[in-house]
Amino acid sequence: MVENRPLLTLFSHLVLILGVLVVAFPIWITFVASSHDAVRMTQVPLPLLPGSHFFDNLWQALTEGVGNVKEVSVGTMLLNSLAMALMISIGKIAISLLSAYAIVYFRFPFRMGFFWMIFITLMLPVEVRILPTFKVVADLGMLNNYWGLSIPLIASATATFMFRQVFLTIPDELLEAARIDGAGPLRFFADILVPMSRTNIAALFVIMFIYGWNQYLWPLLITQDKDMYTIVMSIKQMTEASEESPEWHMIMMTTLLAMIPPVVVVVTMQKLFVKGLTETEK
Amino acid sequence: MAQVEIKGVEKVYPNGFKAIHGVDIDIAEGEFVVLVGPSGCGKSTLLRMVAGLERVTAGTIRIGERVVNDLEPAQRDIAMVFQNYALYPHMSVFNNMAYGLKIRGMSKAEIADRVQKAAEILELSSEQLTRRPNQLSGGQRQRVAMGRAIVREPSVFLFDEPLSNLDAKLRVQMRVEIKKLQERLGITSIYVTHDQVEAMTLGHRLMVLNEGNVEQLGTPIELYEKPASQFVAGFIGSPSMNFMDARIGAGGDTVELPGGVSLPLDGAGGREPGRAVVLGIRPEHLEATTGSDVASLRVDLVELLGADTLIHGHFGDDKADMTVRLQGTSTLRPGDLYPCAVDPAHLHLFDPDSGRRI
Ligand SMILES: Nc1ncnc2c1ncn2[C@@H]1O[C@H](COP(=O)(O)OP(=O)(O)OP(=O)(O)O)[C@@H](O)[C@H]1O
Ligand SMILES: [Mg+2]
Repeated sequence: MVENRPLLTLFSHLVLILGVLVVAFPIWITFVASSHDAVRMTQVPLPLLPGSHFFDNLWQALTEGVGNVKEVSVGTMLLNSLAMALMISIGKIAISLLSAYAIVYFRFPFRMGFFWMIFITLMLPVEVRILPTFKVVADLGMLNNYWGLSIPLIASATATFMFRQVFLTIPDELLEAARIDGAGPLRFFADILVPMSRTNIAALFVIMFIYGWNQYLWPLLITQDKDMYTIVMSIKQMTEASEESPEWHMIMMTTLLAMIPPVVVVVTMQKLFVKGLTETEK
Repeated sequence: MAQVEIKGVEKVYPNGFKAIHGVDIDIAEGEFVVLVGPSGCGKSTLLRMVAGLERVTAGTIRIGERVVNDLEPAQRDIAMVFQNYALYPHMSVFNNMAYGLKIRGMSKAEIADRVQKAAEILELSSEQLTRRPNQLSGGQRQRVAMGRAIVREPSVFLFDEPLSNLDAKLRVQMRVEIKKLQERLGITSIYVTHDQVEAMTLGHRLMVLNEGNVEQLGTPIELYEKPASQFVAGFIGSPSMNFMDARIGAGGDTVELPGGVSLPLDGAGGREPGRAVVLGIRPEHLEATTGSDVASLRVDLVELLGADTLIHGHFGDDKADMTVRLQGTSTLRPGDLYPCAVDPAHLHLFDPDSGRRI
């Protein structure tokens, strides 16, 4: 926009500021709540300014755990979530890169058949096939471990399609040039295709990391062992204190901690992420 | 360096389309052969079969002593320059050139040495070697593509319309450079183009293709002076040759135009009187004359090009549009009569049915 009308500028700024407030205020409350002690959080009115217990609470959460999930520390949960999110995003990227490569560059029997089989999985997210998937995972002995947490979520068609689209925009001449240079299929994949899809990989990584991090239903189902609890599903458990009232200051601390890794991922990969979603020219 | 021998090569695409109907050519060591023809005639197909990017349906291709039909492109000892350059966009210019050598397992020092040499030949600065292809101009990218071919030190260079993405001026400049480079390195080259000027200036020999058939194979001058068919005659030369329907005169030593104009023929043999023919005359061969039995062209349009003048007109009642090329500027105006004559050696006769030269 090249319009330069002060009133319009003012208005658009107001709208933006309002939007920021709507998003930021709950986060501020979370932060404030996480910096008070248990007693203060039971008194009304609730505080709007930070208290002095932030680091005590942080330390306690990271080492001890919260409320009725006392047995496992938030630190462990963070590690579990991190492992799950990384396994899901990296696994997804690896598998979909390879399957898109096969579909775009190789002529094998039933190629279109496989293509449609992958396509159909779009209609079957985990939530739809949750019971059979649980049965399979249980039979394979993958309950209560990282494999069980991540593998069923790795299979997905969206990423395969995205890479297929990316590969289709890469000119054939590049493949031919690589063949003349003596690059075999694996080298072409590793030296040309993957580096050229770099920004798309980054974008997908960000999306998939957040997707994996925010998983709730599946971890809830698959982890009976508290050592395997992930942070997002545990927050819900923490609020379900049966005898005592929920420890809001600790729950808020946990929430805060749960927000940090996705933010870090988005911020560090922001540039590549935007490029990956907008760049079309190869 | 090596000779290339193409014998009875045919190509049928998987969809059943026959793109090449049998091509034979022996290319000598160090020779520069240009494949030329209109769009879709199969030039790229033939070149890509030599490169190994396309399978050969029938016939054999030999590079040096080896039959290469079943070899991978990398094993054929060739290098190819593509129309769109096909540079790896994520690699520096240096790495673009070095990639093939790295795969061959060449030592770092030797790679650097070869790339440096190629960069010097192509006048690429060492700063430019560190850039990405998208930070270069079209002409520079073209040089990098050439450089990638040069560093391989192949037996055969293959070019597929390497200049068609450049603007007119740069195209002329790069054309000269390619010519010089090929002469300097002495590497056997096959060059595809649909630009007949490029073809005439670059090639030691030209192969004119038409719908997958070889129309003619010969030196540029042979093609210009003795086109084997109406197709070649129309394709080579700019502006292209004038054609008109005509008839051999009663004596067999003249050709009669529909407007009542009669032109003398030289030589004899095989020209039965009364036979219908297609007469071809190049624009530059309709020379002004003051003689008596001359044909007069009625001028319709005059185009001043600076160094030359193009005159469009017609003979008498004949509707066929004729183009004449005159040196320098001309004072002729539309409606004027232009008396002209043609050296009998510059008349080309073709069979109206087969299009072959008579
Ligand atoms: N993969 C293919 N399958 C089927 N037909 C093809 C294929 N590739 C090319 N053709 C056909 O073969 C013919 C020759 O194609 P080719 O690319 O060799 O033409 P060309 O002479 O290089 O033309 P241009 O000057 O436009 O590049 C064309 O009619 C084209 O439609
Ligand atoms: Mg072509």
